[in-house]
Amino acid sequence: MKPAAFDYLAPQSLDEALAALGRNGSEAKVLAGGQSLIPLLSFRLAKPAVLIDLNRVPGLDFLSERADGGLSVGALVRQRRLEKDPLVARRAPLLAEAMPWVAHPQIRNRGTLGGSLAHADPAAELPALAVVLGARLRLRSAAGERWVTAADFFVGLLTTALEPEEMVVEVEIPPLPARTGWAFLEVARRHGDYAQAGVAALLTLDSEGRCREARWAYLSAGDAPVAAREAAAMLGGEFPSERLFDQAAGLAAEREIDPAGDIHASAEFKRHLARVLTRRALTTAAARARAAAEASPGGPR
Amino acid sequence: MRFKVEVEVNGRRYQREVEPRLLLSDFLRHDLGLTGTHVGCEHGVCGACTVLLDGEAVRSCLLLAVQAHGRSLTTVEGLASDPEQLAPLQQAFREAHGLQCGFCTPGILMTLVPFLAENPDPTEDEIRLALSGNLCRCTGYQHIVDAVLLAARKARELSGP
Repeated sequence: MKPAAFDYLAPQSLDEALAALGRNGSEAKVLAGGQSLIPLLSFRLAKPAVLIDLNRVPGLDFLSERADGGLSVGALVRQRRLEKDPLVARRAPLLAEAMPWVAHPQIRNRGTLGGSLAHADPAAELPALAVVLGARLRLRSAAGERWVTAADFFVGLLTTALEPEEMVVEVEIPPLPARTGWAFLEVARRHGDYAQAGVAALLTLDSEGRCREARWAYLSAGDAPVAAREAAAMLGGEFPSERLFDQAAGLAAEREIDPAGDIHASAEFKRHLARVLTRRALTTAAARARAAAEASPGGPR
Repeated sequence: MRFKVEVEVNGRRYQREVEPRLLLSDFLRHDLGLTGTHVGCEHGVCGACTVLLDGEAVRSCLLLAVQAHGRSLTTVEGLASDPEQLAPLQQAFREAHGLQCGFCTPGILMTLVPFLAENPDPTEDEIRLALSGNLCRCTGYQHIVDAVLLAARKARELSGP
């Protein structure tokens, strides 16, 4: 048998799961979709004394529209559902566009939103998406709960703000502002493999057609999702143009990301990919923002 | 500590006592003797161990056997109703030379069953995308794609007007 021995707990309720996590804390691992955790167990890179399987806990797989037009998503919602559910396509089109890039269909059938965020692999799509979307995560323990923004949640390589006795139970995705476009792009050697570079972008225009706000973040560009800051600030108040987008992309790729070279791609090549993908993503997002503005010209500023 | 696992595999019920760390792929092969499910990389890259869990394609090396308790599985042994008679998808693989050594084939077939149910008339690109999670080292994939196109065409002709 490949994994080291562990005690297996299959709680039937969230309270039971949280109590088990409270008792075992750092000795325990929480099993959601298992698409990253099971290989870690099989390689014995993780050897938890206790495995707490959430898959029999009811009530963690909800997906609903919030009163403000955003989404509320249970941590155990499978990635395949994020890909296919029309509510996600309508309310979080960036997320829907990116999901087919997340591994392979067999993986997405099992992998969960909460699991991918809690695992915090910097090469994964969902952490970068959560940062760009401005998602908030509800963390629960037996003692209570707190909300953490995605930007604060990702601390470093496979490291999050989760305390040992806490688990992610819900992810809240705010609605897109009016006149907002989106784009997700990545390059991988084989579709579904970890990306050599990838970018998720949102761009909001003002009523005059200038960039009001641009937000984008990279995967595979550092120890955690990397949000462009200086480069994103360049766009504020400017009219969208290829030249502007290329300058911002160049700044982000040169100064804001820190990709690690590997046998398939040097760091320099990954910076090149990031620059090209950013320029394309901003161009697509701007076009979609214009289309959204034309579709509802009287929308809120 | 051992746990009881009751599963239905290919319509037949099984009950076994297993350690919780037993992978579903090893459970199928060693505990149930269903060696049609192949084990390649054992960490979710090659797709050879793909089976259906309640009708959805999943990698059995990325599940614990205890997680399948109370669920229904289909393995490659469940495709043909009669050992002497290949299922239409298998027959198409035979006719179009969709396999050479055959090691990856069970996983590819099990990936394709739900894919073709959802996409009865797939394009070549859609087939390649659907199979992106299944590695084949012999065929170069071209004959596999041909086999899927053939299987889809035959199925459409059968269900046609």
